Amino acid sequence: MSLDLSLLPDGGLQWLIGSGDHAGIVLSSRIRLARNLAGYAFPTRAREGERLRILHQLRTVTPGLASLKDAAFVRVDECSPLERQLLHERHLVSRELAGLDRGGQVAPTGAAVLVTGDTGVMVNEEDHLRLQVFRSGFDIPGALRQAERLDAELASVVPYAWHQEFGFLTACPTNTGTGLRASVLIHLPGLVLTQEIGKVLQGLQHMGLTYRGLYGEGSDVLGNLFQISNQTTLGRSEDDLSDQLVRVVQRVIEREEEARSVLVRDAGYIIEDKLWRAYGTLQHARNLPAEEAMNLLSGLRLASGMQLITGLSVYTLNKLLIFSQSAHLSHAAGRLLTDGEANLARARYVRQILANEARLPG
Amino acid sequence: MVCDNCRERDAVVHLTQIVESVVSQVHLCEQCAAARGIETTVAVPKHPLGDFLQAVQQQAAQLPGDAARCAYCGTSLRDFRASGRLGCAQCYGAFEQSLRELLRRVHGSTRHEGWRHEGGDPDVMEREATLVQLRTKLGKAVAGEAFEEAAALRDKIRGLE
Repeated sequence: MSLDLSLLPDGGLQWLIGSGDHAGIVLSSRIRLARNLAGYAFPTRAREGERLRILHQLRTVTPGLASLKDAAFVRVDECSPLERQLLHERHLVSRELAGLDRGGQVAPTGAAVLVTGDTGVMVNEEDHLRLQVFRSGFDIPGALRQAERLDAELASVVPYAWHQEFGFLTACPTNTGTGLRASVLIHLPGLVLTQEIGKVLQGLQHMGLTYRGLYGEGSDVLGNLFQISNQTTLGRSEDDLSDQLVRVVQRVIEREEEARSVLVRDAGYIIEDKLWRAYGTLQHARNLPAEEAMNLLSGLRLASGMQLITGLSVYTLNKLLIFSQSAHLSHAAGRLLTDGEANLARARYVRQILANEARLPG
Repeated sequence: MVCDNCRERDAVVHLTQIVESVVSQVHLCEQCAAARGIETTVAVPKHPLGDFLQAVQQQAAQLPGDAARCAYCGTSLRDFRASGRLGCAQCYGAFEQSLRELLRRVHGSTRHEGWRHEGGDPDVMEREATLVQLRTKLGKAVAGEAFEEAAALRDKIRGLE
């Protein structure tokens, strides 16, 4: 099956738009709910036939749900490795669902994803269903309300695995109860440059929160991008868990803004030089490895946030982040690029976007 | 900088003392600081799942392997220990005692305080509830190699689906 991304509403990338509160610092807000259907073994234990029946059951009921009636349906297990990588780079499917954690050659049988606007459902991941809602900028309450609607609609047509005391039952007991992971993708170069980040991250753990890299569990922190999320899921309501995240992230945003002020005040020309050099490299480089690009793009995002470089919208910065990833470059080229070819294509892509969309102040 | 006390090891703890308005600094190595009752190591919280699995291991060690096996999906506590994943919803019943203890350690509670769904379209839910029962029976029939019964159950399930 060839994956036609134009069939996905907004390419599944509505959150890139860069609207919402604090969109210069918080790229996106996400709510994920882990759910299982009663009567089936969890996906890692289920037989192939069971996984396919779960998929069939979902396909039968979802067109009747208001939240999913226009959803595009993608059989991830029938996609090529490149297509699966592409879906993963768009944050539409996890590494596990894309089969990338086992060398990328095959996805698990029955792996699928439903996508519409800011809402999606992964099927046959670690749990039967992973409901997710993405919002641009800092909008956890909005994402939570949308996830609640979707959850209630699904619960009206499929019976969930449920325990009177423990709540929603999940394959991993760290998700039991609400099955909720509320997270923000946040850009913290100020705290990294002022070396305050260690304290902030340690503080998160004391507040019952945790952090990961751009692509979630097991991914490295690149380009000063952190995913901050709740750690526990049981014993507190979804609203409580989300409110706690919102309160702490608000404080982290303030700390980041303070750090940026300190940088400008105490090391203005050093920072300015660093950011202009990043901009210069991105404008002129002919060979741009992925990791270097992530770090330079972080500089560009900071320069834009500090009004050094204008004319770059948050949307352009977000687009550069996702579309400069390897599978996106291969997709644009119409064939699988080697790492070396991708580095050349990445440099070309970034140069072109900057030439068209960046404007210098004054 | 060497330790002010033993004069041998490197000082890693730097204390500022104020005694009767006189400010003085004391530099101590980890051992000498510990001897004076000063905590030197920051307790880094371990990954909760790590704690969790360790606790499962302790629980499992007290139980004979086969006794701790889920009757529905066949997952044993040993499997769970190895993968960190339960096999099905019934595992929560099969390992309830261990899990209650472990959930408390990981989350600080065992009682769900969040959303509850009252159920939807009665016809749909009734059909789904019947399917759940049939699928459970099918799982048991297959596990018990009762293939004729399994085939009949499978036909019923297909009819309802």
